[in-house]
Amino acid sequence: MPQRVARRLLDSALADALTTPHGVDRYVELVRPAFSLNEVRAEVVAARRPTARSVTLTLRPNANWDGFRAGQFVRMSVEIDGVRHTRCYSPASSAHAGDLLELTAHAQPDGVVSPFLRASARPGTVVSLSQAEGDFALPDERPEQLLLISGGSGITPVMSMLRTLCHEGHRGPIAFLHYARDEHDVAYARQLAELAAGHANVRLLRGYTRSVGAGELHGRFGGEHLRAARIEPARALTFTCGPTALVDAVRTTWAQDGLDARLYVEQFAPPAPAGMDTADGNVAGTLRFARSGVEAAGTAALLLDQAEAAGLTPRSGCRMGICHTCTCRKLDGAVRDVRTGEVSTAPDELIQICVNAPVGDVTLDI
Amino acid sequence: MTATTPPQLTPEQLDAFGRELDAIRERVVADLGERDADYIRRIIKTQRGLEIGGRLLLELGFLPPAWLAGTAALSVAKILDNMEIGHNVMHGQYDWMNDPAVNGQAFEWDTACPAEQWRHSHNYVHHTHTNILGKDRDIGYGILRMSEDQRWHPYYLGNPVYAVLLALLFQWGVALHDLEVERLHSGKESWGDKREMLQAIWRKGRRQALKDYVLFPLLAGPGAPFTFAGNLTANAVRNVWAFTIIFCGHFPEGTHEFTEEETEGETRGEWYFRQLLGSANLTGGPLFHIMSGNLSHQIEHHLFPDLPGHRYAELAVEVREICARYGLPYNSGPLRRQFGSVVKKIVKLSLPGRGGGERAPEPTAVASEPAPAAPPARELVAA
Repeated sequence: MPQRVARRLLDSALADALTTPHGVDRYVELVRPAFSLNEVRAEVVAARRPTARSVTLTLRPNANWDGFRAGQFVRMSVEIDGVRHTRCYSPASSAHAGDLLELTAHAQPDGVVSPFLRASARPGTVVSLSQAEGDFALPDERPEQLLLISGGSGITPVMSMLRTLCHEGHRGPIAFLHYARDEHDVAYARQLAELAAGHANVRLLRGYTRSVGAGELHGRFGGEHLRAARIEPARALTFTCGPTALVDAVRTTWAQDGLDARLYVEQFAPPAPAGMDTADGNVAGTLRFARSGVEAAGTAALLLDQAEAAGLTPRSGCRMGICHTCTCRKLDGAVRDVRTGEVSTAPDELIQICVNAPVGDVTLDI
Repeated sequence: MTATTPPQLTPEQLDAFGRELDAIRERVVADLGERDADYIRRIIKTQRGLEIGGRLLLELGFLPPAWLAGTAALSVAKILDNMEIGHNVMHGQYDWMNDPAVNGQAFEWDTACPAEQWRHSHNYVHHTHTNILGKDRDIGYGILRMSEDQRWHPYYLGNPVYAVLLALLFQWGVALHDLEVERLHSGKESWGDKREMLQAIWRKGRRQALKDYVLFPLLAGPGAPFTFAGNLTANAVRNVWAFTIIFCGHFPEGTHEFTEEETEGETRGEWYFRQLLGSANLTGGPLFHIMSGNLSHQIEHHLFPDLPGHRYAELAVEVREICARYGLPYNSGPLRRQFGSVVKKIVKLSLPGRGGGERAPEPTAVASEPAPAAPPARELVAA
């Protein structure tokens, strides 16, 4: 109760007027880093390391968190060596898990954020979150039959679906197919086994690509695995999340049967390699200006010039990298700083478009 | 150019000079990280702490020790907010952190000038066109005669008076700076053209004044006059300090001005050269540098405006060495000497002389209808 009163006071017009121009957050966050009047932030309350590559974080979001639908993802921002990095993670917890949220990150060998989290995330760390996003989610009207297919780290959104459905006491048949390298590389191995053992309607089938004979499934996804699932795709809703090869195989099978409408897909592409080869001048790609909805064929020219050539009028000043008037958010893609030749591939970062040229596809928030 | 003739470098030397400075910049950019993030957060935390402490003490402003301590804390908080935090963050010095709290385009500071207008007039106009007469509006702020190349007019007899007023009301001077009032006088633009800007200044200024002069005093109840006086003093202290530091950046004896013709189509090396010759440093201890927002390293700031200010002290050693090798001057001195020479210049230039009229280029603006209480008709070369 006193907390609610405190929040009401901090959210008042008076508090806003007294803390102008910085706002209430900028003062309160110095003592309560997870506090914000509008932004979603969360404190790590537990960090487990279920496999050699993964880390499972339990987060307590602040009061601004609106919750999520099982299967959706959030953008989480963490700071590494002074730089805030943002990545998408699908909560793996039940959508009814109260005010806690569970995310699992799988360390990619050449990644930045996931190895950092695996090595360094600990209780007390404060992260920033977006609200949940994405259409890869359980519909409000739950289907009776479900087929959940995941590969590797793609387990998290379907894990959330399975947990949510079990939590709701879902009665219809659910088959859960999961593919991994071997049995030691499954972040939710124990929880999956427990759910399957505790719910007669849940059928768990595991396939290991590097551990022959260990799981219930052998080899890659195909018709045989589908039969073993004992779910009729035409009567069920299927959700699949994982590497491109798995998702493509599922998609092809469903398309052949004309069942695309009954299939939900979430696919993750490997991150772009850090040092892209620009020496050969191979920079052709598509420039997307997300806010204005304009697309253009990219050239090796400066982004500012190309944006103007595409009929846009982005803010600009010195046109020599001094004044930062043209700084804008690069949502996706690689750019080269023409002053240093350095290529940056990080998603969601601020760049000066007067001194950067695209390398391949680039999406800007203009 | 004024005063002494600047040293001459061959185009090849200028290119090499530019490459050496580029190399410094590249090295620092690659090294940016936790150290810089920790630094700016520590400063921000100190500033917020001082601000909260100062304001609380000023609520008890009827007690003289609380008033003094509160006013001092709030003055320092405002100086840190405007200079080491606001000015530097708005240059994009911490944009690489990707943290919305220190994002150069989103930051707003505790002063009357709307950040958006500052970013244009300072980051773009002043830093790109530093010390180019007719382009850099920081030369005299459209009010003072700060260069012999500005043609003299009887209006400038008031130069020292205007300077004192500008120092005391600096935050409002800065706020109105981007309006280019002299263009209104000359009829080049009408008040209607400036409506949006005026509205932004009014919105920001009103919120600032409401906080400092109405709300915090009212919260003190019967102690309101003391709180009011404390806030007024803190704003004035910040104004005078910021004016002092900023006027030492480009106006001390030995800094050079340039003409538009000289700087047309300049190379990267020439741009660095102009930034160096147009700027002057202040010597002092670490605390002095922080309180000046590291603008005491004005030379390094103008060479590398988007590198974190707390790095300038280290870079200064290298920049000095490079300048020595190329035989270039490196204008640096203690505050009293540099400011002394600025005061001398303000007083001296209030009078005609030293080639004032003859050497001036064609006036760009002639006021036609001087309004009462406004500056008389005058010619503003540095408009």
